[in-house]
Amino acid sequence: MSPTPEETPKGDNRYKLLDRTITRYQSSGDALIEVLHSAQGIFGFLEIDLLIYIAHSLKLPLSRVYGVATFYHLFALKPKGKHTLVLCTGTACYVKGAPALQKAIEQRLGIKFGETTSDQNISFLTARCVGSCGLAPVIVADNKVEGKLTPDSALARINEWQEKSEEVTA
Amino acid sequence: MTVEDLREMAEQELARQQQLRHRIVYCAAAGCISCGSRNVRDAFTEALKARNMEKDVEVVGTGCMGLCGEGPLVRIPADGTLYQHVDAAVAARIVDEHLGKGTKVKENLVDTSLPFFTSQVKIVLEHCGVIDSESIEGYIADGGYAALAKAVTEMKPVEVIDEIRKSGLRGRGGAGYPTGLKWGIVQKAAGEQKYVVCNADEGDPGAFMDRCVLEGDPHRVLEGMAISGYALGANQGFIYVRAEYPLAIERLRLAIKQAERHGLLGNRIFDSQFSFRIDLRIGAGAFVCGEETALLRSIQGRRGRPRPRPPYPSERGLWGAPTLINNVETFANISPIITRGSAWFAGIGTPKSTGTKVFALAGKIRNTGLIEVPMGIPLRKIIFDIGGGTPEGTEFKAAQTGGPSGGCIPAQHLDLPVDYESLVAVGSIMGSGGLIVMDSTSNMVDVAKFFMDFCKDESCGKCIPCRVGTVHIHGLLEKISEGNATTDDLALLEELCMMVKETSLCGLGQSAPNPVLSTLRYFREEYTNGLRAPEGFVPSGGGEQQSHG
Repeated sequence: MSPTPEETPKGDNRYKLLDRTITRYQSSGDALIEVLHSAQGIFGFLEIDLLIYIAHSLKLPLSRVYGVATFYHLFALKPKGKHTLVLCTGTACYVKGAPALQKAIEQRLGIKFGETTSDQNISFLTARCVGSCGLAPVIVADNKVEGKLTPDSALARINEWQEKSEEVTA
Repeated sequence: MTVEDLREMAEQELARQQQLRHRIVYCAAAGCISCGSRNVRDAFTEALKARNMEKDVEVVGTGCMGLCGEGPLVRIPADGTLYQHVDAAVAARIVDEHLGKGTKVKENLVDTSLPFFTSQVKIVLEHCGVIDSESIEGYIADGGYAALAKAVTEMKPVEVIDEIRKSGLRGRGGAGYPTGLKWGIVQKAAGEQKYVVCNADEGDPGAFMDRCVLEGDPHRVLEGMAISGYALGANQGFIYVRAEYPLAIERLRLAIKQAERHGLLGNRIFDSQFSFRIDLRIGAGAFVCGEETALLRSIQGRRGRPRPRPPYPSERGLWGAPTLINNVETFANISPIITRGSAWFAGIGTPKSTGTKVFALAGKIRNTGLIEVPMGIPLRKIIFDIGGGTPEGTEFKAAQTGGPSGGCIPAQHLDLPVDYESLVAVGSIMGSGGLIVMDSTSNMVDVAKFFMDFCKDESCGKCIPCRVGTVHIHGLLEKISEGNATTDDLALLEELCMMVKETSLCGLGQSAPNPVLSTLRYFREEYTNGLRAPEGFVPSGGGEQQSHG
């Protein structure tokens, strides 16, 4: 069973943090998106139990919470990998060769965009436009924008991450 | 704060700046930060410390300086020198040679007499690259909040609306609805409670104008919103900003806090009866939320799904109250109109499209970046003079405006004046200001497919023409680009485009076929090359029947 507000794991500080956001918005259902943003920031992704907890706290039907969480691209219902690689697929990046980057990255990682490698190391995502069109084509590697890429320079970042992960497991 | 306090604050800040021996401004907009402008700032600070100059020289981060492809950019305001590709070594040389001996570092100089700089007219971006984007004092010293002071203390609300109406300002979000008219409707609408909403959900791929304004000059937007609040009788504003712009969110939060601390937002602004607050609402990645009715639902914590209009948000918006929704760039135009007057503004641009427009120039073009030009400027001037033309060895093919809702403008229309009506006449739209240049290497069917892929993903699913139609249009485009399509498929594509355009619920669906229709209009041969005859079709003259798998 999922935790209702009454049976929240008392020791789990993350719920206390989330409760603080909920209180700030006076448990108003209108603040659902703000609460989901905050929950994802605290927990990393939105597990179904967490959505149930939010539905209880805001006195909203779960269908509404689930509906909103799945409607917006930014909310993740599955855990992400240790590193995230976001490829910009905006128009400027597209014209400047983002499709070639996508092909090279997918080939190297053996996954399609939107997926995470089986060792949970790298998630590969696409964004519609990160607004750095002057530097096209760009990727956002762990929140850092890197521009004017070629397939080789994009793969260099992945190599670095993969080597690091091998060092840890070795 | 009183008007007197505001003047005093501006004078103090100006005096402080004049006491400094030098100011170094570096571009702290997203483009330059991602190529390392924060390291450049640190390098300057260190170099100054090492030479015991840190007290006389100020290093300040500003909004976008425009030449985004050549960052990090650094400017010395005293003589207007602009440097490109600055790194730590160049920073040290600038301190030693330029500030120390007065000789410029030639290798990194940008020639500011180029048309890229001289052909621009800056109103919306006048502070970007000049003032400290994180300092309210810097904004006030450059005349900031004087327009709000003038509106609140010297003008009646109707006079403010009249001034905006006379300026001829039209909505910069894309459709170009007259701003003064919209304000008038909300002001006259019945209801005690009214809201002001700033649409900062800049979702068009390839557009980053609003982002640069929010990051570089956030107070300008707050001031424009507060003036509209005064004019309409609203006491609450919301900025709906997309989560993909973390720096813009950070700067807006800071700016709101600063404005509240100085009493420029909050209760009894300039000792009047007028109170106004602004809250941020962060989007969560849905293009459809740029549509106003979807945006309002999203602010209220719901799925961003549009509803039929009327009633328009100006009559029934947030929580059923009359709501004004304007775009970031529209709000950024308000304070100069109030300070300098509607006649000045109406004198820029063309009679029907007044003022300037900010464009994000990108794609196959030499100078990528952010530009502001007077309305009515020929497209050729934007692309070849300001943009420097396409890269060597390729030929200009088309310019794409309006993102997934717009169209492609081919070479034969290069002399077109860029204003709302002319762009519509050639099958495109002004849009919010993304301008992507394509050269001879771009395949137009692929471009249309790219936009349709976007629209099918972003369709909210509420109405069937958009939800199903975009998927099928995309499928047909795929078939055409793979060379598996017949002439029947092309006919079906055109029919489907018209159906989606005419029967979709909101702007997303109604404009989704535009990229296909406009590329069909000008580059039809790219669609028809490789088309086969439909199955069972016997060409006249008794030719061989085509066989299909």
